[in-house]
Formats: sequence, C-alpha cells, structure tokens
Amino acid sequence: QVPTLKPMDLMVEASPRRTFANAHTYHINSISVNSDYATYLSADDLRINLWHLEVTNRSFNIVDIKPANMEELTEVITAAEFHPHHCNVFVYSSSKGTIRLCDMRSSALCDQHSKFFEEPEDPSSRSFFSEIISSISDVKFSHSGRYMMTRDYLSVKVWDLNMENRPVETYQVHEYLRSKLCSLYENDCIFDKFECCWNGSDSTIMTGSYNNFFRTFERGSRRDATLEASRESSKPRAVLKPRKVCASGKRKKDEISVDSLDFNKKILHTAWHPTENIIAVAATNNLYLFQEKVN
Amino acid sequence: MFVRGLKRKCFDGEEDIEGTLAGIKAIPSYNLQRQSLLDMSLVKLQLCHMLVEPNLCRSVLIANTVRQIQEEMTQDGTWQMINTQSTGQASLDRLVSTDILCRSSRDSAEGKHVPAYGTFNKDFESDQAQDRTETMSTASSVQAPRNLQSNVWEMENPQENKGNFQKSLDQIFETLENKSPNSVEDLFSEVDNSYYDLDTMLTGMMSNTKMGHCDSLETFSPPTNTASNSNCKSDLSDLDHIVEILVES
Repeated sequence: QVPTLKPMDLMVEASPRRTFANAHTYHINSISVNSDYATYLSADDLRINLWHLEVTNRSFNIVDIKPANMEELTEVITAAEFHPHHCNVFVYSSSKGTIRLCDMRSSALCDQHSKFFEEPEDPSSRSFFSEIISSISDVKFSHSGRYMMTRDYLSVKVWDLNMENRPVETYQVHEYLRSKLCSLYENDCIFDKFECCWNGSDSTIMTGSYNNFFRTFERGSRRDATLEASRESSKPRAVLKPRKVCASGKRKKDEISVDSLDFNKKILHTAWHPTENIIAVAATNNLYLFQEKVN
Repeated sequence: MFVRGLKRKCFDGEEDIEGTLAGIKAIPSYNLQRQSLLDMSLVKLQLCHMLVEPNLCRSVLIANTVRQIQEEMTQDGTWQMINTQSTGQASLDRLVSTDILCRSSRDSAEGKHVPAYGTFNKDFESDQAQDRTETMSTASSVQAPRNLQSNVWEMENPQENKGNFQKSLDQIFETLENKSPNSVEDLFSEVDNSYYDLDTMLTGMMSNTKMGHCDSLETFSPPTNTASNSNCKSDLSDLDHIVEILVES
C-alpha cells in the first residue's frame, strides 16, 4: 500500500522541555534571558537568581533583599530584566518606585547597585496612596539599550540610563483615576500590575488600562492614542476608533465617563512585534492582534 | 494640628459646641476619613493573611500605608475614639464615601459621622447582613493601635471630664488585654504557613506599626471566621458591657 497524506487539524500541545529546580521561596515576577543566550535571571519578591539555560538543578543568587528580621520588610522586588547588549548588566525595580542597575562584574552578590534611579516625590500631590501608586509594575529596556521604561499605577516613565535623578519623559496613562484612588484601593485595583512595551524602533511605547483600553505614546511627537480591544468595538480589518475618557464635566458624544469604566476589563499584558507594526493585546481571556493599517 | 495645608472647615456655627463632647465633633472629617482608611487597610491585611498563597508585595504596601497613617495620627495626637464613641449614634454604613477620601488633602469635605468604637456591637450585627469583606473592619477598628492609649492620655481636652473618661478606657484595655492568647492561634491555625513565615511577618508588621500589644483584640473577629466562633460570642457580651461603660461616661 502506498502511504497517503491525510490532512489533519493543527494540534497545539504545550509540553515542558526543561524544569528548573525550585530556587524561589516567593512569587516569581520576572524572567529575563540574557543577551548571551546562555544565562537567564528569575526574580521573586525578595531574591534574584541567575541560571544557566542548560543547567536545571543549580542557580546562583545575585540579589537578596530579605531582611534578617522580616518585621523590617518595607520594600520588595517587583520586576527585573537583563540589558539587551551588556550581558553583565541588569536592572530591578521595587515597590517603592526605585530602580537599581547592577553590574555582575563588580561582585558576586549584587546587593550593591551601580546606579540608583528614583524620581523625587512631588510634595504637593502626596497622599496616603503615594507609595502604592509609585510601585513599579514593569521595567523594560529600550531596544537600543540607552533607555529603560517603567510603569507605575498612573504613568509610564522613560529613563536615560545616564541620568539617575529623574526620568526624561513621563506619560500619563489614566490621570483621571487619581481622584479615585481610594475606591481603587478599596476594590484592590490599585494593586493591578500593568506591563509596558517598546516598538521595534523605540519611537512608540504602549501600555494597558481599564475598560479594555490600551494606550500608545509617540515619543517624538508626543501624540498619544487610546484604543479599545473588544469584540463590540472592532470587527476584523476595521480600523480602531480612538477613545476618549471624560474626566469631569459634561461628557461629549462618544466619550466615556470615568464612572462607567469597567475595572474588571483590564489590559495588563501587551507586546509589540520586534520589527513590524503588529501588536498583541491580552484582554481578560482574549488575545487581540492588531496591525498598522496597510493602504 | 492640621497637617499638609488642610483647609479647616468651620463647623463652629453648625453644631452645638456647648456640650462636653460636641467640641470633638468640630474635628475635621479628614480624621474620620483617615480612620476609615486605617480600618480598611487593617481588614485587607487580615484578609491577606488568610489566603493560601498570600501576596507579599500587596501585604507590604498595605502595611506601609497603615504605618504611615499611624505615624501621622501620632503626630496629630487626635483619635477617633474620643470623637465618636460618646455620640451613641449607629451608622450602618461604616465606611465614609470613598469619593471624599479621594479628594486631595487640600479639599476638606463633609464626611459621614462614622463611629469607630462605641457602636461596635450594633455595627457587628448589621454588617453580617451585608455581603462585604468590610464586615471585619468593625473588628479591626477595635484594634486601636497601641500608641492610641498613650495619645488618649496626652490629648488636651478641657471640655472632657478627663478623669472618668480615662478610667473607662483603662477598663476597656484591661479587659481586652486579659483575653486568652489561644484565640489568636485559632485564627491562624488553618492558614498554610509552609509558603513562608507570614505569622512572623504579619505580627511583626503589626508590632512595627505599634499594634503588637493588641493581638489579643483579634479575638473580636466576625462569626464568618469559624476558627474562633466560640470565642466570639463571649467576646460580644463583654463588648456589650464595655459599650455600656463608654456610653454612660
């Protein structure tokens, strides 16, 4: 009998290729593959470990901020990432809104940072929620390696690695939520961890918000857009209509008032294709892929 | 007395100041708001602890918020206990409207008059009917930070009959202190501690935020916590007694 080709439906099955030994006591928040493609780091609330991709039963602890007395704990690690070009450099962010850049060449245990990034607090806007909203939920190096971006609850900040005392750019994601912080604290939304991402040329950054909205910011022109990822608002191939949230006062047509935002529909994860203008947006249990309109 | 440029609202014309306690009502609602936030935070901390896999980042942030509030309250030397317990009013809605809290500290706003201590018993029952996690806030409000005691004594209050008042509070704290510590362990016994030593952390944070002394107060947990159900009922009757003392004074 001659073998025949039988068409079958595509079956996707995920199977683990490698399992790395349990080296974390706390929740893991980040994994970052190094530019050497040989090592990677994993970070939990209090520690960062360095692994070799081929070695599954051993890792090296490179950051440990656990205090001797847990009663003294006031700050945790929230995100970490390797530098895209310098395989000895990584950064990690904290719940107090700080970023530490570490050089693994300087010492085996990188408890001493090489650089410390923190923006001084604006005393006029201080409230009981200041610390919580300053907590950094994501940190991402630019593709160029010159900048890094951090996401806190209300804004996205771009930092020049050569300037530690303040970011070079700040973008407000949903400033209209500032007056609602107490409600958001009550319903726990204030603890939501949003990610952020760069486009391939580092000219545009993107992050998510509530009500299935996501925001893009063009760094050069300072243009920003609010778009929605939902079935109701978009049909395949249709151009997304920009959205606007009405913070206060009379609501214009097509605007959405802050009080009618759905805080259960949050876009925490977004990604940008490294070379094309294609983005992936995760909205609850749906994944949307959008691309630049091609004429 | 007023921090951060808080605009002071003139209550004087609106309320009766002549009564011994009415002067307390003149304290701006910012204190009420702050107390509500403290209560809410304490509830959240307790809930954090009861999860199988607690979120350390969240717990740390909430604990820091609690610490911040308590530090400010220490500096202010003002306390809700004196302000509200003597009114004898019961409010079903314990939490102040959150919009008020969300305004910047520069705007002061009318807050609902929320009793934090005196109407413990009544709020307890009414909260059970509501399907809200804030049920526990009633219990938490009783967990007055340790420094609260000392501040009570320090507070300048010429309109009060200081002697009787302090005596009543003395009685309250003595009664609460004598609670068996076993009930605290009951509360935590069902929590899976294998993940990490949250008991230490939470107790530590509470101590750090000057609350360690009041661990015994945790026996006043709502009936929803089955571990300490039996303790609750006897505690409730004790509380009735305490409330009576407060109201009488």
